[in-house]
Amino acid sequence: MKKYIEGKVWRFSDNVDTDQIIPAKYLVTGDSRELAKHAFENVRPEFAEEVRGGDIIVGGKNFGSGSSREHAPRALLGAGVACVIAPSFARIFYRNSINIGLPLVECDIDAADGVVLAIDFENGKIVNTNTGSAYTFPPMPDFLVKLLDVGLIENTKRKLGGQL
Amino acid sequence: MGMTIAEKILAIHAGKRSVSPKEIVDAEIDYVMVNDVTGLPAFEVFEEFGTTPIREKTVLIQDHYVPNKDVASAEQAKSMREFARKYAIKKHFDVGRSGVCHQIMIEEGFVAPGRLIVGADSHTCSYGALGALSTGIGSSEAASVMATGELWFRVPESQKFTVDGQLGNHVMGKDIILHIIGDIGVSGSLYRSMEFYGSAIVSLPLSDRITISNMAIEAGAKCGIIPPDEKVFDYLKNRAIGEYSPVYADEDAEYEDTFEYDAAEMRPMVAKPHLPENVVPVSEIDVAIDQAYLGSCTNGRIEDLRSAAAVLAGKKVHPDVRMIVVPASRSVFEEALSEGLIEVFMNADAYVAGPTCGACLGGYMGVLAEGERCVSSTNRNFIGRMGHKDSEVYLANPAVVAASAVTGQITDPEDLG
Repeated sequence: MKKYIEGKVWRFSDNVDTDQIIPAKYLVTGDSRELAKHAFENVRPEFAEEVRGGDIIVGGKNFGSGSSREHAPRALLGAGVACVIAPSFARIFYRNSINIGLPLVECDIDAADGVVLAIDFENGKIVNTNTGSAYTFPPMPDFLVKLLDVGLIENTKRKLGGQL
Repeated sequence: MGMTIAEKILAIHAGKRSVSPKEIVDAEIDYVMVNDVTGLPAFEVFEEFGTTPIREKTVLIQDHYVPNKDVASAEQAKSMREFARKYAIKKHFDVGRSGVCHQIMIEEGFVAPGRLIVGADSHTCSYGALGALSTGIGSSEAASVMATGELWFRVPESQKFTVDGQLGNHVMGKDIILHIIGDIGVSGSLYRSMEFYGSAIVSLPLSDRITISNMAIEAGAKCGIIPPDEKVFDYLKNRAIGEYSPVYADEDAEYEDTFEYDAAEMRPMVAKPHLPENVVPVSEIDVAIDQAYLGSCTNGRIEDLRSAAAVLAGKKVHPDVRMIVVPASRSVFEEALSEGLIEVFMNADAYVAGPTCGACLGGYMGVLAEGERCVSSTNRNFIGRMGHKDSEVYLANPAVVAASAVTGQITDPEDLG
């Protein structure tokens, strides 16, 4: 996992559900890039075309609620999203994201569409480079950082190989 | 210090004497389930492990897009058949022998009190109605559990919901859970375990309790557990696979919050678009509908079909409305057939289909066009959930769905006469 990133914000409101992130009719593949073509199609039709690698999603509370579809974080990863920041996440979305290597930050921040955020994961700091506002967040528990770094697939392999 | 049901089940499965909220534990899983939508990504991940799945714990259920709606979904379903064949997994439920995954998990006896079950479907929390701790996970995690038989959990804080008193006519489990979600909101139980108590819960048939546990996820919960009683034990006679041990909360268990409700004050409720927390009593809503949908893991059981049929008997679905009835499993379909309920639906001009998740998530068999409105016995009314982004879903109990189908407006069955 990168220790520091800068990226442009896509701002969303509270309770963004996984049907919004990726509508169920596209759940006929697990391919991240294919899913990315339809990310937020119903609610922000311009997202799939305009999102750039390294962009950051800032959501409201309960981000990723609803279905267990791992296709949701996969679609965001496929779109090149570098991180999702929200005051709270739905639990299945949270686990799914960490497992496939999409960093999440639990933090309530003020950041409008298009502003550039700098995130320092190691020291738990976010700076809105347009406004200068700074925020702090508690670091993720160690075992989650490791899981995020290694990925669930490799982690499971190590477990099966008796290395964990 | 005493433990709640969720804490106790996690402690037992983690081989620990006790656990506390927020603690991270590795726990032994009793069953892991995937469906045809979440299966494919899980099988792809599984192949990376270079091992064989733990057969006795792995359950594969075709339900979301079967019978297949298109070539892509056909390929997806095929990948499950091939996975089952390759690894000789017997617990594979396919078209004609299957149904909505959670109904099958319960009917087939995989679910029993005290068990720890995970599934790659968010409504896996349904099994809490039988005293199990069950919760939704992603595809990669499901693959990992198939390989290792274990998963990590953050021990959830528990919340206690007590519903006492007698429920009125046409007030069902659906209305209790909608009422609660309306009260606490869609993130009111985020990361938490909901436990349900009280005389109204005890008086409910198992089917209605399953509806309550099913929608715990709609409040953000990890699980929604009801202490198992004789109704559960009777249902599981000659059904449950293997032995099981019921688990109950200690008297001095600690709950983060407690909520109390009077059942007598509850009315049939409707959740308006686009969140399950937007609830109002059905009597306070004036909305014309295009479709009425009866089915799903939430309300597609025989008791639900009976409630709807009782309202529909001798009546016709309104000429401007399509009513779609989807029994949740083959066994529910058979019972409905032998009880004459299918005849009631067909005589009323409802369309009856075989079991599938189908239109509940906008898959097929009842997808909505732009501007259309559906009153539905399902669990989610998110933007575009059942079809076009500008269509609307109103969640309600089966009796309300049936009454609304007759009048063409969202209707309290009490007002139908």
